[in-house]
Amino acid sequence: MIHRFLPLIVTIAVLVVGFLLCALQFPNFASLRVVGNLLTDNAFLGITAIGMTFVILSGGIDLSVGAVIGFTTVLLAVLIEQGGWDPPAAFAAALLAAALFGAAMGAIIHVFRMPPFIVTLAGMFVARGMAFVLTTDSLPINHPLYGELNDVAWRFDGGGKLSLPAMVLLVVLALAVVLAHWTRFGANLYALGGNRQSAELMGVPVARTTVAVYTLSGLLAGLAGIVFSLYTGAGYSLAATGVELDTITAVVIGGAQLTGGYGYVLGTFAGVLIQGLIQTYITFDGTLSSWWTKIAIGALLFVFILLQKGLLAAWTGRGGEPAEA
Amino acid sequence: MTPYSPQPSAPLLAIRGLSKAFLGVQALDGVDFTLRHGEIHALLGENGAGKSTLIKTLTGVYRRDAGTVALEGREIAPRGVEEAQRLHIGTVYQEVNLLPNLSVAENLFLGRQPMRFGFVDRGAMRRRARAVLSGFGLSVDVTAPLGRFSVATQQIVAIARAVDMSAKALILDEPTASLDAQEVAVLFGVLRALKGRGIGIVFVTHFLDQVYAVCDRITVLRNGRLVGERRTEDLPRLDLVAMMLGRELEAAAHRIAADPAADTQAGTDARPPLVRFRGFGKARSVEPFDLDIRPGEVVGLAGLLGSGRTETVRLVFGMDRADRGEAAVDGRTLRLRGPREAIRLGFGFCPEDRKKEGIVGELSVRENIVLALQARQGWLRPIPRRRQEEIADRFIRLLDIRTPDAERPIQLLSGGNQQKALLARWLATEPRLLILDEPTRGIDVGAHAEIIRLIERLCADGMALLVVSSELEEIVAYSRRVVVLRDRRHVAELRGGEVTVDRIVSAIASEPVPAGPEGAPA
Amino acid sequence: MTLPLPGPAPGLLRALPQYGALAAVLLANWLLFPDFFSIRLQDGRLFGSLIDVLNRGAPVALLAIGMTMVIATRGIDLSVGAVMAIAGAVAATMTQAGWGLPAVLAASLGAGLLCGLWNGLLVALLRIQPIIATLILMVAGRGVAQLITEGQIVTFVSPGLAAIGSGSFLTVPMPVVITAALLAVTALLVRATALGLMIEAVGVNRLSSAGAGVNTPVVLVAVYVWCGLCAAVAGLIVTADIRGADVNNAGLWLELDAILAVVIGGTSLLGGRFGLLLSVVGAAIIQAMNTGILLSGFKPEFNLIVKAAVLLAVLLLQSPALTLLLPRPKGARPPLGPPLGPPLGPAKRESGSVKP
Repeated sequence: MIHRFLPLIVTIAVLVVGFLLCALQFPNFASLRVVGNLLTDNAFLGITAIGMTFVILSGGIDLSVGAVIGFTTVLLAVLIEQGGWDPPAAFAAALLAAALFGAAMGAIIHVFRMPPFIVTLAGMFVARGMAFVLTTDSLPINHPLYGELNDVAWRFDGGGKLSLPAMVLLVVLALAVVLAHWTRFGANLYALGGNRQSAELMGVPVARTTVAVYTLSGLLAGLAGIVFSLYTGAGYSLAATGVELDTITAVVIGGAQLTGGYGYVLGTFAGVLIQGLIQTYITFDGTLSSWWTKIAIGALLFVFILLQKGLLAAWTGRGGEPAEA
Repeated sequence: MTPYSPQPSAPLLAIRGLSKAFLGVQALDGVDFTLRHGEIHALLGENGAGKSTLIKTLTGVYRRDAGTVALEGREIAPRGVEEAQRLHIGTVYQEVNLLPNLSVAENLFLGRQPMRFGFVDRGAMRRRARAVLSGFGLSVDVTAPLGRFSVATQQIVAIARAVDMSAKALILDEPTASLDAQEVAVLFGVLRALKGRGIGIVFVTHFLDQVYAVCDRITVLRNGRLVGERRTEDLPRLDLVAMMLGRELEAAAHRIAADPAADTQAGTDARPPLVRFRGFGKARSVEPFDLDIRPGEVVGLAGLLGSGRTETVRLVFGMDRADRGEAAVDGRTLRLRGPREAIRLGFGFCPEDRKKEGIVGELSVRENIVLALQARQGWLRPIPRRRQEEIADRFIRLLDIRTPDAERPIQLLSGGNQQKALLARWLATEPRLLILDEPTRGIDVGAHAEIIRLIERLCADGMALLVVSSELEEIVAYSRRVVVLRDRRHVAELRGGEVTVDRIVSAIASEPVPAGPEGAPA
Repeated sequence: MTLPLPGPAPGLLRALPQYGALAAVLLANWLLFPDFFSIRLQDGRLFGSLIDVLNRGAPVALLAIGMTMVIATRGIDLSVGAVMAIAGAVAATMTQAGWGLPAVLAASLGAGLLCGLWNGLLVALLRIQPIIATLILMVAGRGVAQLITEGQIVTFVSPGLAAIGSGSFLTVPMPVVITAALLAVTALLVRATALGLMIEAVGVNRLSSAGAGVNTPVVLVAVYVWCGLCAAVAGLIVTADIRGADVNNAGLWLELDAILAVVIGGTSLLGGRFGLLLSVVGAAIIQAMNTGILLSGFKPEFNLIVKAAVLLAVLLLQSPALTLLLPRPKGARPPLGPPLGPPLGPAKRESGSVKP
């Protein structure tokens, strides 16, 4: 038991210990306000990372998510501000577009047996390009509903609040945990990531699952785009550049194997929060420079990759690979 | 466990006249096979006999050209393993086709999880998994990932999945290949219990001892044809081996006297050995063995498929690392750390799996031929292009490699010519010991003879050869000494006049001595 | 080689698609912009759109040179953009601190080599998948670069260093000269030694190569080290060109362009045969398309979509699924294994040693 959850436990322990250390150093740190902000600031990242977790669990990768977020914000801005759409209709259109985009990539990956890395790289170009074609400017969204939605929050004593983005994140997280562990689709994803051929022999619908997982990732990236546009109140084609990298990092820190088959949605969530924590710490500290975030995250990534490599070897007893050299 | 109600009218599985050809090669030729309720039926045969083609055609992985398959009298034509499973034929492969990253329970119920309110009922799944496995005498943590359990446990889980998915016939393809003796015993317990429940089991294996330990009936295939079906008790080992190898033996049973290894040193040959292995072996791969090879000598390794021949030569070349015993070259003890070291010592190795471990497919014949020589020289001392061409052309001529030119990608050559190019790769390094694993496998008759002639010529030139081959005549033709293996042990060493096909067959078929390391001479 | 022409075709013929594509793009540019091919000499340096394409394409071409060999071993290096930033940061910071040009160059290139060594060790010794191994430096590298410049855009005044970016040599812009030189040195290094053969052998079949005695770990480390060096040179050029190190933007997303250039150049992502010159041609094609879109009056925003279309088209041509569908001349890549498989006796090892 300990063994199976070890990567998850380590990640959560890192998060908790990190939080405690921060709290020891800065008295204001351990407050609902900080926690609430942590969730709000990282909501779009968390939602995207959950989608990425599913893709990585299935043995794939999705480099297009950052671009899809950027495209979604631009699409929303254009539809609402220039097209006069109601935000809910625009939201629906954006979600549909993002999901279809993901589905198309999944279909190409499956039908042409092309590496997901390269197909979603092309997808990234396409999504970013379409956003650019719509507009290269940063378009503010001034619809009154945006203001109202941004005021939606569950407030606590002491200035803390759970904003709408944070709530969306938590709801998505809960649904994702259920999807991963209490549905056949979830089991099929793990199976596909474990060994595609075996999964096929055991009756897993490979085509459907592959297309579905990229659709899901696209859909969640679209949702993250909506959250991001709420958060920034604008549509910008360069929004969320590099988010694909942050999400992949969160997934790995969260204990998933990039080769697929091992990992937890909850771990990814912790991974996102660890990244947010490092950033918050650096903000609190005030003297530390922002680049330490990247270096610290890179170091964490390295440690976690090594940890998993060791664990995987221990689990499968695959100590003796063929001799080389 | 539900009690079994037999339907003795029709056999469980009746295969009649099954045929399958690949690109004009008849892999299965009108084969009949009958599996009865409650029996364990060994399906035996050497390489190319058609065992796996039979299984794959039966389950519909390959489409059959002709023939019928009937389950309890009803004709079926599944189109794949999964559909066969729904038609009550479960298949379990040697490389367990389950998912090591999923839990035991999830593996058992993937695709048919118990559901409640539209969601997977994990509690029910765990309970049912425990119940199913307890029927197989297995009590494990069903929530732990399958990959953490031994291969034997994984096999049993795979069998449990197949049986629980209502298999009446169970096909086990080399289930014991990577199990140790104790695990085999556990597995056999499970098989006997299943047999008691009326399930019919097709058991594909290379281990004759296991056939005699657990099987009721034996069907032997050879070259895609049915050789015969016998009850196990009616078929002496020697006859079985003769059926598998396809030869009539004049004298029924020569029992060869155990050949004391002391002979190895005390033999007529006083020259110091080039290589000398003592107690060399690797757990789960091949039992510790002693082996000396002298310059200019050809040593053959004979045995059935899976007897440890390939494992032996891989250890000798350092492809796999031995975990016990010692090796000495020119009288100097050393550790064989890998192929690079073996090559430095003057070894060469043509592996059995040419495609995966031998050729570098997209590279040209020339590049493949010079690769080992170049690797030994190091990258800083490139062999000039002209010299490469000379070497390639020389060997293409010498070995009569059929290729339009040396620049053709080696993957486009026929198997025999690929093999010759690999031989050329090593000959170019002027090795002192060349190891050939099945050098004539999958090669047409003409090339076959050429390769044998070549082997003879090579040893005349003073090179030592260690050759694995399933072709006994071939081994007898060129070997001065033959080491016979059975069930991962070196069981006999024949020399001089003893090197005959009959003696080899007898050694392969000899009864195991119950106790003591009879296969590992002191 | 996975591009359509099979077998032992002469080099030029095999490379026809690439040269054809380059010619087509240049021709299109010329049609849109009749002055495209006009070149004039001014202040001892050549100017013109064509020169511009080469000059601006230099960083990606440099990255592509290193990336080609990494991809030939069946790997990938995502960190080259970050390495560019590091090399630029080192050069700018040291120049600002008053170091001489030789020391600056040595330190900057040394940083690139070190980065490559790190990647190589992770891939070869720890056996981490290349995409993951190089992801670490991709994430952390820019942070390291910022650490070096302390987050500032470090500008410098150094005619010597600046000349690397904007100078010229015999009228040819310096970046073009450097790219050509590095291409020549690399080609010499791999083709005049046995390294090229070993890189291809490892990429096609690591197991067979190891069995033939190729020192696979050393080959792998070598290609990543060289890739790091190429990235450092590219970083130097970019830094020298703008006379400063902008670590946030230097080399940003260029790893993707480099991979694209290699793919367009016909080196398969599955490893094996590689063509250094063709990758540089690939980089030129990308840059010519950029320039063409700019000249044609289209918004530069279309650039990415065109790039994606090209990427998908090239990949589709190489897709194993598609190759199965199309009739191929005898001698092309054989169809993938199943479902036919070898007719007699499956090609698997004898028992025991096969671990599930």
